[in-house]
Amino acid sequence: MAKQIIDDAVMENVEILAKLALTEEEREKAKEKMQEMLDYVDKLNELDTEGIEPLAHTFSVGNVFREDVVTNNDDRDAMLANAPGCKEGQYQVPKTVQ
Amino acid sequence: MAKQYETVIGLEVHVELATATKIFCGCSTKFGGAPNTHTCPVCTGMPGSLPVLNKQVVEYALALGLAANCQVNRTCKFDRKNYFYPDNPQNYQISQLYLPICYDGFLEIETAAGSKKIRIHEMHMEEDAGKLIHDEWEDCSLVDYNRSGVPLVEIVSEPDMRNAEEVIAYLEKLRMICQYLGVSDCKLQEGSMRADVNLSVREVGSEKFGTRTEMKNLNSFKAIARAIEGERERQIELLEEGKEVLQETRRWDDNKEYSYAMRSKEDAKDYRYFPDPDLPPVFISQEWIDRIEEQQPEMQEEKAARYEKEYGLSAYDASLITQSKHMADLFEETAKESKNPKKAANWFIGETFRLLKERGMDAEELQFTPKHLADLIAAVEKGEVNNQNAKKVFEKIFDEDVEPCAYIEANGLKTVEDTGMLETVVDKVLAENPKTVEEYHSGKTKVLGFLVGQVMKQMKGKANPASVNKMLLEKL
Amino acid sequence: MDLKDLSALNLARAIKRGEAGVKDAVKISLEQIKKADGTVHAFLETDEKKIYDRVKEVEAGIRSGKYTGPLAGVPVAVKDNICTAGRKTTCASRILENFVPTYDAEAVKKLEQAGMVIIGKTNMDEFAMGSTTETSAFGITRNPWNTNKVPGGSSGGSCAAVAAGEAFAALGSDTGGSIRQPSSYCGVTGMKPTYGTVSRYGLIAYASSLDQIGPVGKNVEDCAALLEVIAGYDPKDSTSVQRKDLNFTDALKKDLRGVKIGIPKEYLSEGLDEDVKKALVDAVQLMSQNGAIVEFFSLGLVDYVIPAYYIIASAEASSNLARFDGVKYGFRSKEFEGLHDMYKKTRAEGFGEEVKRRILLGSFVLSSGYYDAYYLKALKVKAMIKKAFDDAFVKYDMILAPAAPSTAPEVGSSLQDPLKMYLSDVYTAGVNLAGLPAISVPCGKDRNGMPIGLQFIGDCFQEKKILQASYAYEQIRGEFPMAYKKEGK
Repeated sequence: MAKQIIDDAVMENVEILAKLALTEEEREKAKEKMQEMLDYVDKLNELDTEGIEPLAHTFSVGNVFREDVVTNNDDRDAMLANAPGCKEGQYQVPKTVQ
Repeated sequence: MAKQYETVIGLEVHVELATATKIFCGCSTKFGGAPNTHTCPVCTGMPGSLPVLNKQVVEYALALGLAANCQVNRTCKFDRKNYFYPDNPQNYQISQLYLPICYDGFLEIETAAGSKKIRIHEMHMEEDAGKLIHDEWEDCSLVDYNRSGVPLVEIVSEPDMRNAEEVIAYLEKLRMICQYLGVSDCKLQEGSMRADVNLSVREVGSEKFGTRTEMKNLNSFKAIARAIEGERERQIELLEEGKEVLQETRRWDDNKEYSYAMRSKEDAKDYRYFPDPDLPPVFISQEWIDRIEEQQPEMQEEKAARYEKEYGLSAYDASLITQSKHMADLFEETAKESKNPKKAANWFIGETFRLLKERGMDAEELQFTPKHLADLIAAVEKGEVNNQNAKKVFEKIFDEDVEPCAYIEANGLKTVEDTGMLETVVDKVLAENPKTVEEYHSGKTKVLGFLVGQVMKQMKGKANPASVNKMLLEKL
Repeated sequence: MDLKDLSALNLARAIKRGEAGVKDAVKISLEQIKKADGTVHAFLETDEKKIYDRVKEVEAGIRSGKYTGPLAGVPVAVKDNICTAGRKTTCASRILENFVPTYDAEAVKKLEQAGMVIIGKTNMDEFAMGSTTETSAFGITRNPWNTNKVPGGSSGGSCAAVAAGEAFAALGSDTGGSIRQPSSYCGVTGMKPTYGTVSRYGLIAYASSLDQIGPVGKNVEDCAALLEVIAGYDPKDSTSVQRKDLNFTDALKKDLRGVKIGIPKEYLSEGLDEDVKKALVDAVQLMSQNGAIVEFFSLGLVDYVIPAYYIIASAEASSNLARFDGVKYGFRSKEFEGLHDMYKKTRAEGFGEEVKRRILLGSFVLSSGYYDAYYLKALKVKAMIKKAFDDAFVKYDMILAPAAPSTAPEVGSSLQDPLKMYLSDVYTAGVNLAGLPAISVPCGKDRNGMPIGLQFIGDCFQEKKILQASYAYEQIRGEFPMAYKKEGK
């Protein structure tokens, strides 16, 4: 695979995905560090991984279930106490529609 | 000659499962709690909380997949779909992309054009989002996570539909299956069934699909039909003007009958799906599949066939009654209570459908007690109430679930068996209509109906038509 | 004899015998915190009122027989990424500065059920991302052995607290070496259990597939006992494993005869500090003399551990940390225009540089067009690395390795070159990728008197093997005093 170049366009897209507002200075530094990191991790391409099953879960356990039984208690107010904004038992956020 | 266009439609349908608890936590899925009272650290995305899969969700999804003729992924996994929005407390939705529970199925639909197979691409489990309401006073939005984490199955069809009629038939079929399985009540208005319409147009005869748009916010079958028509016209218009259709998500406004593009630089449509490290895979054994197959309840076709056989209903009547499982349940209970399945069926085919239509109601909304209808049937049989009044009583049962015998009594609808009074009236009618009597005697026996009508009128409908008939014949 | 010098188990024994009160134990910790923490800054929070309320409860519990466990009455520190109900849990991040969980982490519940007293919440690298405890938003932690040095990270606060005598034991979390490396730097014993042994419920996730909570203590026995307290199946954590034999302290026998130990040749190549190498060789000699069979072998893939680790950890982190958005809890930016601006400013102001760097990298490696080349590739390499360990454990009972390539670096010397800092996880991160248990035990000091850690790595679920070997080694090695003792009292 060709060397991946982190340019402004890539960086801008990643910032949107990550929801981070970087200053010019931060962006330049982040770009540089990400480039460095990607150049380094390119090392993985030395390995032939043909036919290898990707390992997302370390162990092959499966079928971990709960029964369909109501267990929650109402902790609303304690949870809401952490919210930066709340109103009438709800979390308050900036308007989501125009 | 103007170009001919064909519409190509695929559906993404979300069905809310009828579990007691959410998909990944023990919070209740009940509707209508005060905001955020059905929440816990898991479904509000509190740091350190972890999801644990509700087994019933897998069972329901499997049941639905098997009923829709799907293949089952013996190993299925959950993936995270990453996007920021306040109704999504973790800012990722746990869903399935790489290994969904079911794939490659189909539903058979019936339209005026005949029957047709609509293929199902895949079916997967996922969690619902919370509810956002917009606070006009403070110009902000408020989030309620009561619905956050309610289990959904998303059914993705292939682009096999060509018009609104097929789309509605597909949705009705899917809804019927869900209701028969008991996996969802599928109410469009309440959002327990939601359909997103993927639509493109192409010139008739073209092999290639056109660019499609995805339409959201469709809350009724009527809205879906209108949106399909509207979007088809919009796309054709663009093509005719030599413009391009953009691949985008659009929001249908049913009041304005127009759709709007939901676009913003800030929602880059890159969901960065990856396997959820918090949830181990689900392994589905053949035994599990067999058990679900065995437990599948009687579906519509089987039920209709049984009604024909067991109750002697016509194929048409049996099919009509079984379109809604709820109606079929009411019918069957009524048949049992009244021991008169044919009469019971008539009340459903006739009056029930008429009233549903008149009231603009859905069969699912029927809520009378079968015993009440059975009692009414018995009263008619015994001649305690005539057909005309019975219809009035049924309307009351339909609307208010009244107890029929008490209602008949209280409203003086009972047939009068007082022969003395009847005789007086019959004599009076015969005396008042000498011409008609003459016609009768000259062989025009059809006029008897008119005379019966006159007697009934004067009896204020309370006479038993059979008795009236009998006495008139005697006198004539 | 000074109570302060007792191991956690011996302190609990003294309490049980009535030779010391829970209050005395707590006082020792609090006094030491007052004395040392101004410089060391291992703690982000200690709430004396809550602690003394708890002391009363524990005293009564011990009297009534509610708390009979071997660590009842012992003051324990908890890393600040582990949730404590009603007590701030910040992950050393501005974005969670005022977050008060309504729930205890399962591990914390178990500490309480064992009658332990949580003495405070310890400092760490922000969201456990870092190797020095310098990325904390609330000030750095210093190494009690030499306050010009870092304590390591990310569980630097927990390890420094034990080294400084401020806590008798502590909980840390380990994603790529975050318990073992600072244990090595601080001259304490720290263990990362097999993935799934300790519930992750209430551990604020960095990389969910790699994170494990583990014990930090003065010696192997304390770690085994503390692990026994916190281990166990938890239905709230779907990755929790149902294990039968959790009596870890049963394994502690001073016996190395016939134990087959492999040392990966690659671990001794360039990049390993000479003093660390010498300490490792000395330890190997000591163990061989006592009956262990030690062999050098090629593990393979060692150079690919860090690239795979950083891709996987950053990818998971980018998603795990998405929930910190100023909506439900924590910090929200003061000025913004609209929803998305609120997200972006809140996260830009709330997260530190290292965290942002990893979120950006993680978002990139998962993004459309790059997923296969980076993330999926890393998962395949992870499978290969696990296989390499599996093969090694066919031949060996355990693997011996340094915990880190060097001793603690100077404060302020690491963050300028993140890549170099990442490389310091080379002996530890592979263990997380393969889900293995490993323990770091002090094995000497470098020319500047800074401690060196020796790492015993076991096969999955073989905690007992490494606990026994490390315990036996520790007994042969002899006393290794805690940092606070070096002041020459």
